[in-house]
Amino acid sequence: MIEAKFQLEREGFLLDVDLALPASGVTGIYGPSGCGKTTLLRAVAGLEPLDQADIIVNGEVWQQGRRALPVHKRPIGYVFQEASLFPHLNVMQNLQYGLKRIPVEKRCVALDRAVQLLDIAPLLQRSTHQLSGGERQRVSIARALSLCPKLLLMDEPLSALDHNRKQEIMPYLERLHTELQIPVLYVSHAMDEIARLADHLVLMERGVVTGSGPVAEMMTQLDLSIAHGDEAAALIEAKVEAHDEAFDLTYISFSGGRFAVAHRALEIGTPVRLRVLARDVSLTLHHQTETSILNIFAATIDEIALEGSAQVVVRLNLKGSSLLARVTRKSASQLDLSPGKSLYVQVKSVALV
Amino acid sequence: MGIVPPMIDAIGLTENDLTALLTTLKLATISTLILLLLGTPLAWWLARTQWRFKVLLEAVIALPLVLPPTVLGFYLLVALGREGPIGSLIETIGGAPLPFTFAGLVVGSVIYSMPFVIQPLQNAFAAIGSRPLEVAATLRASPLDRFFTVAIPLARSGFLSAMVLGFAHTLGEFGVVLMIGGNIPGETQLLSIAIYDHVEVLEYGQAHLLSGGLLLFSFLLLLLVYSANRHFSVMQTKQ
Repeated sequence: MIEAKFQLEREGFLLDVDLALPASGVTGIYGPSGCGKTTLLRAVAGLEPLDQADIIVNGEVWQQGRRALPVHKRPIGYVFQEASLFPHLNVMQNLQYGLKRIPVEKRCVALDRAVQLLDIAPLLQRSTHQLSGGERQRVSIARALSLCPKLLLMDEPLSALDHNRKQEIMPYLERLHTELQIPVLYVSHAMDEIARLADHLVLMERGVVTGSGPVAEMMTQLDLSIAHGDEAAALIEAKVEAHDEAFDLTYISFSGGRFAVAHRALEIGTPVRLRVLARDVSLTLHHQTETSILNIFAATIDEIALEGSAQVVVRLNLKGSSLLARVTRKSASQLDLSPGKSLYVQVKSVALV
Repeated sequence: MGIVPPMIDAIGLTENDLTALLTTLKLATISTLILLLLGTPLAWWLARTQWRFKVLLEAVIALPLVLPPTVLGFYLLVALGREGPIGSLIETIGGAPLPFTFAGLVVGSVIYSMPFVIQPLQNAFAAIGSRPLEVAATLRASPLDRFFTVAIPLARSGFLSAMVLGFAHTLGEFGVVLMIGGNIPGETQLLSIAIYDHVEVLEYGQAHLLSGGLLLFSFLLLLLVYSANRHFSVMQTKQ
C-alpha cells in the first residue's frame, strides 16, 4: 500500500492529496498539464519539501508530520521527463552512479537485468551525447532500475520524444510491467500511454484528485471528465482465442463475447487489452444481421449521462465488462434508452493496446 | 639615454627583476588558492540561495571591479594598520602588523581579485540548474556527495576561468600593492612595480622585457580560458 497525504501551496492552486494506492502494478496519474501530477510525484520522492505530510510506502514511513526521510535515503527509482543523464559520465558510469552508493549487501543483480531488459548493452561505452533521445531515456530507466527500487516513479518519460521514439520505448515499458514486480507511479497526460500501461488510475484536476481506482472502472465512470470528450473509451481485458486464416482475422474473447480483429501474430491464449472509443460504438434494439459490422454484442444499460446538449454517453454492461457509447440525444430518445434496458452494441473499430 | 632595444634573453633580467617576478608568481599562486578555497562554498551558496539580501553581498564582492585600486589599498592600509580595527585586533592577539609584509599583500590581493574568482564560479554553478542534483539525490547521493561528484565536475569550465582570471588579475596588481605593500625587494616588490621603477629611471629596455613578458603570459592564459570554454560549451549544448 502506498499512502500519501499532504497539502502543498502552488502558484494558482492548492495541491490537496489524500491517496491510498496499491503497491503493485502500474498506477497511472493522469490529468491536464499543470494539474499538479508532477508535483505529486516529486512530493512522494521527497524532491518537493512538505511542511506536513504522511508518506508511507509498504509500511515504511518516508515522511510523518514534519519528519521526512531525505531523498537520497528513499528506496526509489526516478525517471525524469527528459533523460537527465550526467554529461560528464559515460553510459556505464551513469548506470553505476547509483549502484556504487548502495551497500554491497543491499545490491541485487538488477543492473545486468536492466541492461538486458532495455537492450542497452551495445551503448555502455558510449558518451551520453552520442545517444539518441530514445536511447537516452532507456539508459535513464535502466539507471533507475539498477537500484532495485521499492517504488519506481516515472514523470512523463515519453513526452519529450517524438512518435517513433515513443513506439521504440513502449515495448520496454510493457516488459517492465510484465517482468518486474516493482510498483510504478506513472505520470502522463497521454491517454494512449495510460490505456496501455496502467492497472490503476488516479485522475487529477487543478490540484485535486478527482478519482482513483482500477483503470477500466475509472474510464467508464460517467461522473468523471475522462468518460467524456473525443478520447473517451473503455478498456476491456481479453485474450486471443483463435485465428481465422480464411479471412485473415484474429478472434479475441472477453466476458461479453468475441471480437474479430484484423490478423495479429499473437499466440492463442495471450492476454490482451482492447480499447474501444465511445464514438465508435453504436446502439441498436435488435440484433442486426444485414450489416458490415462484425462485432455485435448483447448488453444492458447501466447509466446515461448528458454530453453537451446534443449527445449522451451511455455506459453498458456486457456480462461484467463495461463499454461506453456516445450517441445523439435524439437517438436516445427515439430508442427510449434508460438504465436497465437490454439492447445490442455495434463496435465499429477496436484497438489492441 | 636613448631607448634601448628590448633584450629577450635572460641576461636582460637583473637579479632584482627576477626576485620581483618570483614574488609576484608566489603571491598570485597563494592568493588564487585561498580564493578557490573560500570562493567555492561562497559561490555555491550565492548560486543557490533564495536569501533576500543576496544582492547586497554580490554588490560588495563586485566592488573591486569598479573601485580605483588605490581606494581599496588605502582603506586596507587604514584597517590593517596598528590603529585600525583589524590591525589592533591582530596586535592584541600577538600578531605582527600586516602592512608592508607579504602576508598583507596576500590579504589585499584576495580581496582585490575576489570578484574574478567568485563570479565565474557562481555563474557556472547557476548554469548547472537543480536537475542534475535532483537526479543525483534520487540515485542515493548525499548533499556533500552531490556537490563533489556532480556540481564540481559540471562547473569545471567555471573553475578554469576562476583560476586563470584570479591568477592573472593578481599578476597585474599595482595600486593596492603600492598602498599596502610598499616596494620592498624580495618581500613586497612585485613585477608591476619593478616595471614602474624601470620607467622612472628611463630603463625602457628592462621595462619592455618585463611588460612584454607579462603581456604574452596574460594573453596565453586568456587564450587557454576561451578555448577551454568553447570546448566545454560544445559538449554541454549537445546533451
